[in-house]
Amino acid sequence: MTTTDLVTVANRRSLDRSRLKRLFTRPEIGALVAAIAVLVFFSVYTGQFFSLPGAGVWLESASTFGIMAVAVALLMIGGEFDLSSGVMTGFTALIVGVLTTHYGLNIWVAVVIALIVALGVGALNGYLVMKTGLPSFIVTLGTFFVLAGIDLALTKVITGQVSIQGMTQVPLYDSIQPVFGSSVEIGGGNFYVSVLWWVAVTVVATWVLLRTRAGNWIFAVGGAQTAARQIGVPVLKTKIGLFMTTAGAGWLVGMISLFRTSTVQANTGVGQEFIYIICAVVGGCLLTGGFGSAIGAALGALIYGMTFQGITFAQWDTNWLRTFLGAMLLGAVFLNHWVRIRAGGGSR
Amino acid sequence: MKKLLASIGIVAAAGILLTACTGTGQENAGTVDKKTDLTYAVVTHSGPGDAFWDRVKSGAEQAGKDYGAKINYNSDPDPAKQSQLIDNAVAQKVDGIVVSMANPDGVEASVKKAVAAGIPVVTINSGIERSKEFGAITHVGQSETVAGEEVGKKLKEEGWKNALCVIQEAGNVGLEERCKATASTFGGTLANLQVDGTNDADVKATIKSKLQADPTIDGVLTLGGQYAIDAVGAVDESGSKAKVATFDLSEDVVSNIESGKIVFAVDQQPYVQGFLGVTALYLKSINGNDIGGGQPVYSGPAFVTKENAAQVAKFAKQGTR
Repeated sequence: MTTTDLVTVANRRSLDRSRLKRLFTRPEIGALVAAIAVLVFFSVYTGQFFSLPGAGVWLESASTFGIMAVAVALLMIGGEFDLSSGVMTGFTALIVGVLTTHYGLNIWVAVVIALIVALGVGALNGYLVMKTGLPSFIVTLGTFFVLAGIDLALTKVITGQVSIQGMTQVPLYDSIQPVFGSSVEIGGGNFYVSVLWWVAVTVVATWVLLRTRAGNWIFAVGGAQTAARQIGVPVLKTKIGLFMTTAGAGWLVGMISLFRTSTVQANTGVGQEFIYIICAVVGGCLLTGGFGSAIGAALGALIYGMTFQGITFAQWDTNWLRTFLGAMLLGAVFLNHWVRIRAGGGSR
Repeated sequence: MKKLLASIGIVAAAGILLTACTGTGQENAGTVDKKTDLTYAVVTHSGPGDAFWDRVKSGAEQAGKDYGAKINYNSDPDPAKQSQLIDNAVAQKVDGIVVSMANPDGVEASVKKAVAAGIPVVTINSGIERSKEFGAITHVGQSETVAGEEVGKKLKEEGWKNALCVIQEAGNVGLEERCKATASTFGGTLANLQVDGTNDADVKATIKSKLQADPTIDGVLTLGGQYAIDAVGAVDESGSKAKVATFDLSEDVVSNIESGKIVFAVDQQPYVQGFLGVTALYLKSINGNDIGGGQPVYSGPAFVTKENAAQVAKFAKQGTR
């Protein structure tokens, strides 16, 4: 029996439900149906969407959102938000860019330093939230603005520019680029390695959530923090770990972006944090914590990526892009909600 | 002998059939020459709702209409996402791509991939230095350096001594370059001021507090039409004596030039960039032309001052200048 099932059992009267119905009460099932609906819609509506070159484009678009959405979903299941997750992608890439192009540091070392700094910021986020008892929404909003300012000010002061140029000339660039930014051509389509990272992150997150003790702790601290503490769940450790996970995911996406484009700008990632939350919610996470899934969040990102690029494939006037996107996402959430209520009979 | 005749007959019959087929081929070739089904993608680095890029879009769409080609306009300020939009156009097998390169390194891989896929590319607006290297047919735009230097000279003539250079978009290399080039010929002090271009009220407030903090500031140079209006408001409210000049136009900028509130505007003529970008692709499609002769095609700078403002006003009203 999995953790989700345990939570389901605890929250709902689903013991007597059939196996099929149990399947349909899983948080990600609505997102799966919505993702299939979006895929079918654009495949039928446009010529090139359902082709290898087309899939390469929307998979890449979904992959970076997906990596973040999965980490953000874990955090949301744990009952917290991280608004600094978007700017973290730019922050880590800028660290690598500045250290290598300006100070001539070994690129591998720079990448590791960026990871350590990111994990440090994540731990600080978690520590501040837990020690002050303030909502993580406020604390991480603060970190978000602090990091956004540092991105712009420090980059400008140190390099005299607001974006990193000349990354490709850095020694050993070619040795690390394939890890984050390589692509293979299959049938005329370019498939980036970021898609593999996305799958890997989703698999690991799902395994942790459903098969490990840490997963139980995550559901527990998000569902009922006081009760969790009373039965001996290490709340502080779990939450700090979750904030470090989103920061770490931010680093991964930062590296993918940096080595995909060989540049990073001082404003990279700003404003993306809400998209990650949207993806997680579309994927079945509750804003109140304690419920959700990593696979769902990955599917949420897939829906977002397919919709985002699908609108372009459909050749609709992109002045309406956000409206289309919003309507599509609402549609996906409604469908998701409907499927779950229909199948589960629950009132969530 | 009969057999031979029979085989000749068959061959002849086959020949007639083949001729019939070739005939249809000819007709097909004729249809292709008309080029009625051309699709061009325009992928820029604009954020949503930007007045300048709306003119680029209008220019591109007008050209599309004139030539009977379909134009897909897309934009994203993040180079990684802009790259995806270029990849998207390549996947759709469009007949050509117009791309603006605010951060050339960021879109290099995707632009080169498009060129390698045999899709003609024209760069517009920014990225003039790298356009040729990436394999674009030509670049349509204004050299930020040339324009900035001209503005610097003009500001010196106007007698400015201590001015602000208002940057509305963090991370845009082109904007930084404008301020730098202006400073190089200006002679006085030109301090960069970073503002949030997506929030005009905030832009105005930031300029206002800067003017209040330092009364010796005698000029504000903005880098986009709508920010000049914010600057005029900030100057009014702060009671400062500072003058305003700007890069890029809008209807309001022109009327402010007519009324003397803005000294001048330097117009890189965005409509031209969109229109000529598509035109270059169209010429390539129908006639195999490469315009520019390996050199960029300059869309500006054109100065708009009190003298010629009335002329320009008419077009600004339509949203094309």
